[in-house]
Amino acid sequence: MSMINGFPRGRAAIVGASTYGIGQCPGVSAVDMAAKAALLALADAGIAMSEVDALYTSAPYEALGGMELAEYLGLTPKVTDCNRTGGSAFEVYVQQAALALEAGLIDCALIAYGSNPASNPPPGVGMTRQSPWEAPYKPLAPLSSYALAASRHMHLYGTTREQLAEVAVAARQWAQLNPEAAVRDPLSVEDVLKARMVSDPLTVRDCCLFNDGAAAVVMVRADRAKDCAKAPIHVLGAAHAVTHREISSMPDLTVTGAAISGPQAFAQAGVRPADIDVAMLYDAFTITPILFLEDLGFCPKGEGGRFVSGGHVAPGGGLALNTNGGGLSCVHPGMYGLFLLVEATRQLRGECGERQIDNARLAVAHGNGGVLSSEATVVLGTAATL
Amino acid sequence: MTHMLQPEAEWRAHLAEGRFMIQRSRSTGGHVFYPRVAEPGTGAEDLEWVSASGAGTVHAVTVVRKKDPADSYNVVLVDLAEGPRLMSRVDGVPVDVVQIGMAVRASIIIEGDKPLLVFVPA
Repeated sequence: MSMINGFPRGRAAIVGASTYGIGQCPGVSAVDMAAKAALLALADAGIAMSEVDALYTSAPYEALGGMELAEYLGLTPKVTDCNRTGGSAFEVYVQQAALALEAGLIDCALIAYGSNPASNPPPGVGMTRQSPWEAPYKPLAPLSSYALAASRHMHLYGTTREQLAEVAVAARQWAQLNPEAAVRDPLSVEDVLKARMVSDPLTVRDCCLFNDGAAAVVMVRADRAKDCAKAPIHVLGAAHAVTHREISSMPDLTVTGAAISGPQAFAQAGVRPADIDVAMLYDAFTITPILFLEDLGFCPKGEGGRFVSGGHVAPGGGLALNTNGGGLSCVHPGMYGLFLLVEATRQLRGECGERQIDNARLAVAHGNGGVLSSEATVVLGTAATL
Repeated sequence: MTHMLQPEAEWRAHLAEGRFMIQRSRSTGGHVFYPRVAEPGTGAEDLEWVSASGAGTVHAVTVVRKKDPADSYNVVLVDLAEGPRLMSRVDGVPVDVVQIGMAVRASIIIEGDKPLLVFVPA
């Protein structure tokens, strides 16, 4: 085993990646979508389903979703996980799968997810209970929690609503270059500012979509990856940190667990934020990528608002951020983390058409779960970065 | 069987009697809210109920906007003088007046037939 800072750098690779049903996917169940995405990712890799011996999923409405998907696909996995770190679960799966592959516990990991809340609204509330210490005050879940963090960031650092709006506008401009993105009509900073205020300082245009979508990736060891259909995208680093569950217990409202997971993942990868060609940072709300840009080290703490200003993270700007259009304009079916990994993989393969970043070699996918509660960072690279 | 602390039930019983209580560890001196069976971080189980001073400062604020502005309400995080932070609401002022840094004090009201901890300007 060659471990670097607790991770087998580059020794596992993503060899298959897919999305399916982005936007509207009516008439089917969530597990139908996850299965369809899984088959597409396996075909993309040129790997038979019979090779899969580890299954990672986070079903939207079924607590025992790992078993559900194993049954549906007719698999008998050695490792089955359905973890509950929200939207960050998929970045955690990449970490866990890489370690299980390195240990020889498994040979082929399938990570899949599907959800269609827009077409098939879930009955009643989801699988989380309301906090007895917060629910009486009727915060909008999870929006008001992010709004509280945004209020603190604005208070401490002078971050403005215009700067928040720049994140939504940049996401929309990327979406306009992505035929798969669900929402592609023009959006201006003024549009965001004038949109309906939902929970100050966040308007409806500061909030991610709530639409349908499925995605999957397939991972194998680097030696097996050489024989797959497409160029392998190596996992150079992956780290995770949980700091709280509810926003009232967040240790510092302006510093997320990405300040822990990010430096660890970059150290494992042996790269710096400045080396990154494509940053896929979970954008549940416009404040979230601002916090992650700071915590991952793309800019100093407090500078995130200024960093995104002037189109710096829009197409043609200084940093390619959320090139698929993000959760804000492409897809957000409840747990978005897997789509970050798929877009990063596609960019590093050079499959992104109009939105392709030239010579992309290094990407970071940063997943967020709960209310800035769970943060997981994955650094991916082409074979040239090994 | 040894007596086990019933954190939420005991807290709510105090609140129903008009008392805002928090926990304190006898060994570390640290204050704890929300109530639990051990102090977070240390695991200290020697928690006792103490009266909160009720003094606090607004740490973060949002206003949940409703179609009728009269129905809009604020949601705040309050830093208690003793240290812990909690979610609450500031009553007694228009929603837009609540600001980070505002000094507030605890108040127990009845809402929906139940006692509720809120804050008012100090």
